Amino acid sequence: MMYVFNRNGVCLLYREWNRSLRTLNAQQDHKLMFGLLFSLKSLTAKMDPTSVEKGNLGVPQLTGQGCSFHSFRTNTYRLSFMESPSGIKIILVTHPRTGDLRESLKYIYNLYVEYVVKNPLYSPGMPIRSELFNMTLDQYVRGLG
Amino acid sequence: MPPAAPRSGDAIFANVERVNAELFTLTYGAIVRQLLTDLEEVEEVNKQLDQMGYNIGIRLIDEFLAKSNVSRCVDFKETAEAIAKVGFKMFLGVTASVTNWDADGTSCSLVLEDNPLVDFVELPDTCQGLYYCNILSGVVRGALEMVSMKTEVTWIRDMLRGDDAYELQVKLLKQVPEEYPYKDDE
Repeated sequence: MMYVFNRNGVCLLYREWNRSLRTLNAQQDHKLMFGLLFSLKSLTAKMDPTSVEKGNLGVPQLTGQGCSFHSFRTNTYRLSFMESPSGIKIILVTHPRTGDLRESLKYIYNLYVEYVVKNPLYSPGMPIRSELFNMTLDQYVRGLG
Repeated sequence: MPPAAPRSGDAIFANVERVNAELFTLTYGAIVRQLLTDLEEVEEVNKQLDQMGYNIGIRLIDEFLAKSNVSRCVDFKETAEAIAKVGFKMFLGVTASVTNWDADGTSCSLVLEDNPLVDFVELPDTCQGLYYCNILSGVVRGALEMVSMKTEVTWIRDMLRGDDAYELQVKLLKQVPEEYPYKDDE
């Protein structure tokens, strides 16, 4: 299962391959996911024991600044997260025994650049509707799992 | 596996697909020529070039970040270095140098010795106010805006107007922190 968000919280892409759980409507789901990650990021950055500055919890941070968490694991799934300095967030939810997916997330980000960003018919900030991108993504992710 | 180190501009430039330099220069020249014919006012053309550059910049930043693997720049100095050394090299094939830092580090100049956009170009008398390379200032502005820095980018020296190099001044207006986009009551 995969989500892509941009810096304003707009869910650019949502794909699922093996999800069996149906939850609330899609909008709520996306908001929840974005909110969760936003808070987690903020929390992990503020709790960093090695960081030099001590901002207060709740003070907005620059995109990408501070330490960044990259995945969490529960007993039933593992969620991997990557954020680019431009605010594009890529989230992948997989089974718990997956290893570190950071390289894969970077590869997916590259794919995003190639198929979405370079497409002149795509307006930044709109949900992604590119068949090529979906297809390549599917191929890559099936190859991973 | 530790994340890969940032790649140098040369390495990336060697790996990306390249287009013929003359084709690039002539295409850009055709764009400016067409804008001049359509808009007639030199100021309008300058603005339009800047807008076009801005639209390019907001997309270019993702490509830059994906290919060059640079990590988050800690301050504006690092950002300027990254643009000059990696960015310009990657996309135009030339390196710029960073000079003229002001006292609080919020403004600097990027100096380009040679500029592939202006090969074969000479400005006629009717277009004296034209900033031929204004698209570059738009690109830098757009790209920096997507990484939360609001900047103002202007041309200080322009070889087409008789100076000896191209100098672009980048001034950081402010850094915009990330905000939670949804309202709390939803």
